[in-house]
Amino acid sequence: MGNLNTEVADNENKWTKVIEPTESLFRFNFRELWHYRDLIVLFVNRDFVAAYKQTILGFLWHFIQPLFTTAVFVLVGYFAKIPTDGLPRTLFYLTGIIIWNYFASCLTKTSNTFVGNAAIFGKVYFPRLAVPISVIISNLMSFIIQFLVLIPFMIWYRTDVHPNIYLLCLPVIILVIAMMGLGFGLIVSSLTIKYRDLVYFVAFGVQLGMYVTPVIYPMSLVPAKFRYIMSFNPISPVMEVFRFSLLGRGTFSEYTLAYSVIFSIVVLLIGILLFNKVERNFMDTV
Amino acid sequence: MSIVVRVENVSKIYKLGLIGSNTLAGDLADAFARIRGKESQEKKLNAENEDGSIHVALQDVTFDVKEGEVLGIIGKNGAGKSTLLKILSSITSPTTGTIKMKGRVASLLEVGTGFHPELSGRENIFLNGAILGMLRSEVTSKFDEIVDFSGVAKFIDTPVKRYSSGMYVRLAFAVAAHLEPEILIVDEVLSVGDADFQKKSIGKMKDVAANQGRTVLFVSHTIKALQALCQNGLMLQNGKIVKTGPIKEVTDFYLGGSDLNYSLSNEWTRENAHFAEGVYLLAAKIKNEEVIYRSDRISLSFKMLFETKKKFHLSFHLFNKNEDYIFNCMSEIMDFEAGEYLINFEIPGGLLNEGGYVVHLNFVENGSTLTLNAFNILAFEVKAIATEGISWYGQWPGIVRPEIFTESIKI
Repeated sequence: MGNLNTEVADNENKWTKVIEPTESLFRFNFRELWHYRDLIVLFVNRDFVAAYKQTILGFLWHFIQPLFTTAVFVLVGYFAKIPTDGLPRTLFYLTGIIIWNYFASCLTKTSNTFVGNAAIFGKVYFPRLAVPISVIISNLMSFIIQFLVLIPFMIWYRTDVHPNIYLLCLPVIILVIAMMGLGFGLIVSSLTIKYRDLVYFVAFGVQLGMYVTPVIYPMSLVPAKFRYIMSFNPISPVMEVFRFSLLGRGTFSEYTLAYSVIFSIVVLLIGILLFNKVERNFMDTV
Repeated sequence: MSIVVRVENVSKIYKLGLIGSNTLAGDLADAFARIRGKESQEKKLNAENEDGSIHVALQDVTFDVKEGEVLGIIGKNGAGKSTLLKILSSITSPTTGTIKMKGRVASLLEVGTGFHPELSGRENIFLNGAILGMLRSEVTSKFDEIVDFSGVAKFIDTPVKRYSSGMYVRLAFAVAAHLEPEILIVDEVLSVGDADFQKKSIGKMKDVAANQGRTVLFVSHTIKALQALCQNGLMLQNGKIVKTGPIKEVTDFYLGGSDLNYSLSNEWTRENAHFAEGVYLLAAKIKNEEVIYRSDRISLSFKMLFETKKKFHLSFHLFNKNEDYIFNCMSEIMDFEAGEYLINFEIPGGLLNEGGYVVHLNFVENGSTLTLNAFNILAFEVKAIATEGISWYGQWPGIVRPEIFTESIKI
């Protein structure tokens, strides 16, 4: 114990960590997050490895879910005679489902960040963003695995599909989806601290969202006067570009794509802002 | 030596009661109510207990910790220790004031935070290490030491959900013990595991503090552990620092500071009595002489008033002045008619240790329904008889001091 105002006044500027009642909301401590990179890797590993322990089919679940969903949509689409831009139904639905799945799982799993991790967050400090970021990465891994499922189908239907130079957009598409999933997820997780009912809202919002996004029908099916409204959905252009790059059909423009990119950046910024605001004191309310 | 932790005027205030209505619809309704100029539902509720609706967990706490110092933090439950540790560990932020620190900080408020049951011991060591802020390379270089210390080498590749709780805790503590921050914040985690492991853990903590020159902030209720580990102490009471100094002084103050206001006889009128649902406690009395010796039987008597017919009994709790729970006993479950009754208890002689004691009572109806907790009903002191001690003067160690039959026989 020491007396305040003692000999160390000259040390004043050497503090490495200062805790204050309020901090800037726009602070983004990348260095700290980088220090915890191993933790992010281990979280990814934990989610990935632990998810299928003590299951019979284990890893195969990554394939089963999109394949079965596709099979169901193929059947329904066949009987309901939903057009698919002249593309093979299987490929049309499969592409839609895996990209939608990536968005949906990013959103639903990050939206639970605070409430689901309250036990850990209450006992130890690490940058809270490590958790949602690890969720985005582990979902990216399962996206890549599901993407691999596409390849044999692409080969089988090689005469009907036309992969093209837009494949170069693929990283951008994935990034936009990830940013939107993360951004919305952070917003929801920050709000669920006060409003628990948002959890239910997200669950069925994601379900409804799929029907206002061209997942199981092509954008070209939408009458021109409604297409304007549809294009407010920032995921639609990304979905269409994804299909176009792989299969050679899709309805989008540079403007709608640019809109998606800007939208995802804005959503992510709002998400981080809210997250920062909430993270410092959420233990007092959760 | 330079100062590595400086806490300046730190306060933490919690809002009690309703924090919003917890549903979006409810808050929106409130917002509309405000727009229309009416008082919101929530406001009305809060207004009723306006002054009671905040809780000051810490108030103007200021202290410094020097490099290499091991500081023990003591205080009763609710004194603000946990809040202080949480603020120091960045888990929650202070309401006012600042904290400055120099060097890497790691806190250990619980062992095994983030352990995943499906993962093996090996995987969990890495995961837990990373959660506590270690780099992968640090964990790798200490891996063998950690496994060795935990003593679960044989099961290191088994999922931890198959571990016994002892193994689980040992592994978790082993990881934590091998953290190497410049500043370590430790909550009551040494009380885990069996006696042997506790000894080993305290040894390890001593080593960390003494030989590796680290700064440690240590919270414990175990005076012995505090005295073994710390040089200096800090005592919190109701969110304020009441005593700082060498650890011995502070622990003595802590133990002595809770000196009881002995009250062998209390009476209440119906207006200020402890009461619940037609049952009043009108008087509490110890019928012994002024001084109670260890060998004396202690007779306690409680005067009750029943307004209506009741199936009722009293649950009697005895605590010593260090807040150790000595025992609980119950009066006979009986059907009481309306009227006044005396309920008596008698504690046998030669059971309690020397020292101060407090009596709490519970009112219980129909055999199991608790209707009232009444605290600090009586407080008394038990004295040892002067001639009784053979070569030992003062209080004997141990919570009770029963008469044990002993004999020595030549065979």
